Amino acid sequence: MKSSVIIFPGSNCDRDMDVALKKFGFKNKMVWHNDNVIPKSDLVVLPGGFSYGDYLRCGSIAAKSNIINSVIEFANKGGLVIGICNGFQILIETGLVTGALLRNKYLKFICKNIFVKANKTQNKYFNKIKKDILELHIAHNDGNYFCSEDDLKSMQDNDQIAVRYCDSNGEISEYSNPNGSIQNIAGVFNEKKNILGMMPHPERVIDSCLSSNDGSYFFENLLSNMK
Amino acid sequence: MKIKVIVTPKNGVLDPQGKAIQQTLNSMNFIDVNEVRQGKYFEIETDLKDEKDAKKNVEDMCKKLLANLVIEDYKIL
Repeated sequence: MKSSVIIFPGSNCDRDMDVALKKFGFKNKMVWHNDNVIPKSDLVVLPGGFSYGDYLRCGSIAAKSNIINSVIEFANKGGLVIGICNGFQILIETGLVTGALLRNKYLKFICKNIFVKANKTQNKYFNKIKKDILELHIAHNDGNYFCSEDDLKSMQDNDQIAVRYCDSNGEISEYSNPNGSIQNIAGVFNEKKNILGMMPHPERVIDSCLSSNDGSYFFENLLSNMK
Repeated sequence: MKIKVIVTPKNGVLDPQGKAIQQTLNSMNFIDVNEVRQGKYFEIETDLKDEKDAKKNVEDMCKKLLANLVIEDYKIL
C-alpha cells in the first residue's frame, strides 16, 4: 500500500508519521506543499504541527497551498485521507470535514495521553479494532471542536463522530473532556467516511516503550482494510 | 485605497480568550465589564480605485480566507 505525507512549513509530526506508516508496511512518500500533484497513493496524510505558525487561524493558510487541490480531488474520488491535529485543522479549513476547532476551553496548551472511544461502524479506520478504549496522545492549543446544532445532528444521524474523549473506563463525561469540545468530540469523518480528521496522534504511540502501543491497532486495522 | 475589516466570534460561540480578558478586567476593578469578545482587525491596501469594487472584493476575501463563517462574523468598515 502506498501512502503520502504532505509537509507544510511548520509541520512537525511528518517524520513520526513516516516512521509509523513504514513500520506497519506502507510504502510512504513525503510530499512538499508546493508540489501540484500527489504521487500515486492509497492514503494521504496531513500531519500535525504548526503550519505557517498558526497565523490567521490554525490550518487556514495551509488549506490554500498548491497541493491542497489535488488532496481535495483525491478525497472526492473516495481516496483515504487522514488529518491528525494540525492536519485536522487543515481539513476543517478546506471544508473536507465539518465544524471548527476553537482555542482550548481553559486556554492551556495540552500535551498528555488521553483515552478515546472510537466509532467502529462502517469505516475503515476503526472497524475491526478489538480494544474498546484506546490510549492516544494529544498535543494542541486549538482542539476545542465546535459545530452548529444542525451539523451535529446530521453527523450523529450519519455516524460521522469518529472518536470521543473518555476516561480509562470508557466513560464519556465533562471530566474526561480535555479541551471543551462539544460532545467530547476528538475526531470526525466526512459523510462518506473516507476522510478522518482527529486531534489525537496515533503515530506517537506505536511502541510499548512510548507510553502506549494503542496507535498500532489503528495502523494495523487500517492496513488490513486496504489489502 | 485602504479597506478595513473586523472579524469577531459569532454570538453563542465560546470565546475563551475574551472570557479570560473579561475576568482579568474584573479582577483589575473594572467591575462593570460583563462580557468581552475578542476579534481580529485587518487593513487591506488595494490597487482598486472604486470603493464599491474594492469592498466587494474584500467581501470575497472574507468568505474565502479572512473569516471562518462557521464560528466568525465579518464586518467591512
